Amino acid sequence: MRDTFFKTLTELATENKNIEVVTGDLGFGVLKPFWETHPDQIINAGIAEQNLTSVAAGMALEGKIVFTYSIGNFPTLRCLEQIRNDCAYHNADVKIICVGGGFVYGSLGMSHHATEDIAVMRSLPNVTVLCPGDLVEAEAVTRAIAKYPGTCYVRLGRGGEKKIHESLPDFEIGKAIPVKSGQKVAIFSTGAIFEEVDEACSVLENSGITPTVYTFPTVKPIDKEVIRNVSETHEIIVTCEEHNLSGGFGSAVAEVLAELPSHARLLRIGMNDEYSTLVGDQKYLRDQYGMSGKKIATKILCEVK
Amino acid sequence: MKSKQLAWLIRRHGIEMTHLSGGSHIGAIMSVADIIAVLYADILNFDPNNPKKDTRDRFILSKGHAGAAIYAALAESGFFDTEELKTHYRNGSRLSGHVSHHVPGVDFSTGSLGHGLSAAAGMALAAKQDKKEHKNYVVIGDGECNEGSVWEAALFAVHFGLDNLVCIVDHNHMQSLDTCENVISTTPLSGIWQSFGWNVIEIDGNDHAQCYEALKNGTVKGKPTVIIANTVKGKGISYMENDLLWHYRFPHDGWEYDTAVTELHNNKPDGVTDPYTPNGIENPVTPDENADIYNDHTMSATHKPTWFTKEKEQ
Repeated sequence: MRDTFFKTLTELATENKNIEVVTGDLGFGVLKPFWETHPDQIINAGIAEQNLTSVAAGMALEGKIVFTYSIGNFPTLRCLEQIRNDCAYHNADVKIICVGGGFVYGSLGMSHHATEDIAVMRSLPNVTVLCPGDLVEAEAVTRAIAKYPGTCYVRLGRGGEKKIHESLPDFEIGKAIPVKSGQKVAIFSTGAIFEEVDEACSVLENSGITPTVYTFPTVKPIDKEVIRNVSETHEIIVTCEEHNLSGGFGSAVAEVLAELPSHARLLRIGMNDEYSTLVGDQKYLRDQYGMSGKKIATKILCEVK
Repeated sequence: MKSKQLAWLIRRHGIEMTHLSGGSHIGAIMSVADIIAVLYADILNFDPNNPKKDTRDRFILSKGHAGAAIYAALAESGFFDTEELKTHYRNGSRLSGHVSHHVPGVDFSTGSLGHGLSAAAGMALAAKQDKKEHKNYVVIGDGECNEGSVWEAALFAVHFGLDNLVCIVDHNHMQSLDTCENVISTTPLSGIWQSFGWNVIEIDGNDHAQCYEALKNGTVKGKPTVIIANTVKGKGISYMENDLLWHYRFPHDGWEYDTAVTELHNNKPDGVTDPYTPNGIENPVTPDENADIYNDHTMSATHKPTWFTKEKEQ
């Protein structure tokens, strides 16, 4: 996903000389082709995310489209007030790119687990929040935000994500994407956790349940229409996110459902308001915290009975 | 308008604006008034009829709590009617306590310290990339230099050779609860900036000739310039000078307001009209014996921890 993002951005930067990347001294291996082909369109601001983010705001107010780049919580939580006051409040054309949503950097420890970023970014007015689920979504998101004025937050996986879509010619910010059509149960997935959702679907299908599946590459603004329509036609809506349940994608869906006169039951799957204390890779941690394909399927089966 | 006239008007507006609104930070408004006046009268290139003109110089007041000084300077420079200044802090006003970019002529909103220098560095960098000739000015506070992000920005600006960036430190030697020296000492401030690689000029920041000289002729090629402007907090009103109380208190009705206005009138430059009290105040109320004047309101005056005393170097 990270590589797709930079490949796409490199193309876009060739067409638009106003595109700038500001990295917080990260991107070894992936940024090289960009800095070699676009030396005047990338700045390494060093390990200083607060300054980096305000610098990006200043550049954006001078007409640049600035992509800030770092990993985990560094481009968001470390410089939250700079995002709020300097980027979002000024409607600055800054695209905050995080590689490592959820447990991408699993074995590196809790500091590197981004498990509250969606909630925090979603709470900021003027910030659009995007979590692509596969390479096709990642490319579509990258193209869309480059054309979209204002502050965006993009949460990327690191790589190896399973392909969900063949292509997305009609991609639009704010629109959920149908993946499977089924009955009774609908699963909404955001970000790279889709590969687990896909596995859960196989288990469910073997148990005689054919779920409807949507991906939500945009968490904010959330696709209210899809939520409303699916709620009318299904008994259970399940949200899956590699993120804390408090304030995240599931909460965004819950907010829409709660305001309907009546609605489908909601099952939210994610981190149960805790920090990860275990050591292990992404797959292992997903399983330990109840987000592996099997555990997602088990939770859904319990709910359906 | 001459800078001395503008500085006087900034101070007069500042007194009136805080008096009417009950707003705070008059001490900072007074310390920075001369720097702002020289910038707006003699240095900055701007067009009040086209506030976003691309060739303008950029200016950020990073110590956003002195916002009244900028609003006064902008109004006096023709960006909006001076009458609007009276709405400062009021319900529905554009003129928030801290600087807002919703006001014509303001390039960047501030209020949380430690953001402005970085934003100005970003603007300066973009200008370099696009080969634009304008300059980028930012005023920060000395208390603000406690913020780590200031030093992230200081390193960044030197590294990228941003010689189109000028940072002025309003070094009034006081911050929120105490003198800078007693809170987190940054002495010697100029030495620290020098060690970061900046072109450093140290001046009396309430002296217009020195401000002008530093701003006009002080920059050098290849690195950013910082002007350490030594100022007096509350400058121009005797009972406010160097008294921490006036970081918070506004000039109340009675001797506080009357003395402030009277002292300003005693030093009024020629060619300036006071928009509020054109002839000064007849029979001004004077401070009585209970007036809170010349008292030490710093934290260290009464806070004496048992485990820590700051040893002064011999």
